[in-house]
Amino acid sequence: MSRTVRLVMFGVAAAVLAPLFGLAIAGAPPFGTASHPYRDLAVAAALRNATANVVSSINFDQRGLDTLVEETILLASVVGATIVLRASTGDVRRELAGDDRALAAVTLVSVAVLPGTLLIGLDVVVHGHLTPGGGFQGGVVLATGLHLLYLASRYETLERLRPLHWYRWSEGLSTAAFGGIGVGGLATGAGFLANVLPHGSFADLLSGGTVPLLNIAVGVAVAGGVVVLLAQFLDQALRIASERDGKG
Amino acid sequence: MHWYAYTVAGWLMLVGSFGIVRSRDLVHAVVSLSVAQSGTYVLLLAVGYQSGAPAPVFAGGPAPSTRVVDPVVQAMALTDIVVSATVTALLLALSIQVHARHRTVDPDALTRLRG
Amino acid sequence: MNTILIGAALTLVALGGAAVAGTAEPGRQAVTLSLFGLALAVLFFVLQAPDVALSQIAVGTAVVPLMVMLAVRKIDRNPP
Repeated sequence: MSRTVRLVMFGVAAAVLAPLFGLAIAGAPPFGTASHPYRDLAVAAALRNATANVVSSINFDQRGLDTLVEETILLASVVGATIVLRASTGDVRRELAGDDRALAAVTLVSVAVLPGTLLIGLDVVVHGHLTPGGGFQGGVVLATGLHLLYLASRYETLERLRPLHWYRWSEGLSTAAFGGIGVGGLATGAGFLANVLPHGSFADLLSGGTVPLLNIAVGVAVAGGVVVLLAQFLDQALRIASERDGKG
Repeated sequence: MHWYAYTVAGWLMLVGSFGIVRSRDLVHAVVSLSVAQSGTYVLLLAVGYQSGAPAPVFAGGPAPSTRVVDPVVQAMALTDIVVSATVTALLLALSIQVHARHRTVDPDALTRLRG
Repeated sequence: MNTILIGAALTLVALGGAAVAGTAEPGRQAVTLSLFGLALAVLFFVLQAPDVALSQIAVGTAVVPLMVMLAVRKIDRNPP
């Protein structure tokens, strides 16, 4: 399809869809409305199971199955990207130039910030059922924090301190652990991913039943998944060169 | 204000799609797709907003009551963001692979290659 | 007060989205995407969605722009 045809088709589609979207807005509940029937039910359910962060209660208790599927999507994407980006025949591993050492100031700041970042990541995961955050946010912070090592020194340091197979295993095993906790609920007769643990007292660290456990499982899985994913891109950008390179 | 939040959501979808349509680079198209998808986050959160109500997080915050912003759409937006990131990752990986095979990431040049 | 904040954040997001899609060069897009992600996070905070805002900061301003940057670097290193 030529460029002009594509743009004309876009124009026609936009001209038809825009008024329909306008009509949909006109019929939608007004912005800032006080009537949220699903909210009323979800908040009541979260309070019943002593989970102070209602969003975490929805993600890990009320619709835990959706989150398990979401975890599987993440796992599938990591596996897919690993397959697509693996070194193929005709690729060679480049030696890195020795002069890409970081500035001393950058090293100092990165090393100083690294432990704090990892602690914040852990804190966000562990308190996911109480305060804003949870397994997803904390897991990404942990994975991103680890890459400060790359800023702090050289890519080789990151490669040495980041045994990738550990992260692959931790992602797979913790996704399995999420399913395992779900099967635990099934075993007690309450149903798959039912919140069967004691709920504890509201706003305590040990409250919310299975929610903190699932949060930790997701945190480990996301941290492992993002590290493996970024490793594939870093390897392609820095390490892998094609034999055809430079020959056109 | 009444219309504005929903209109911004639609606008993001529009400029994102337009970016894809006029793109000359697969990476640019992938980034534009993520802009289009961010329209859905804005739409979801706009639907759940209640004027003057606090966030649905009760530890150290407001006393538990149902007068909070809708947490259901927030949970959906969270899922949405993670799925968007995984889709972007996979599409970027495919763009790298397309470039390795065909030495170009211009969609028009790729169409010419394969007819 | 809150209405003004939300209106301003929405305007910032609308302009940011147009800027990202309008940046033709993907290398620069990684930077505008990161800033756009930050604007979205601010909007989510004022819409009382701190969970979503945290997620947006971690994913939208750090991980995704980093992946875009690495992909661009890989593709640019091997010109046609």
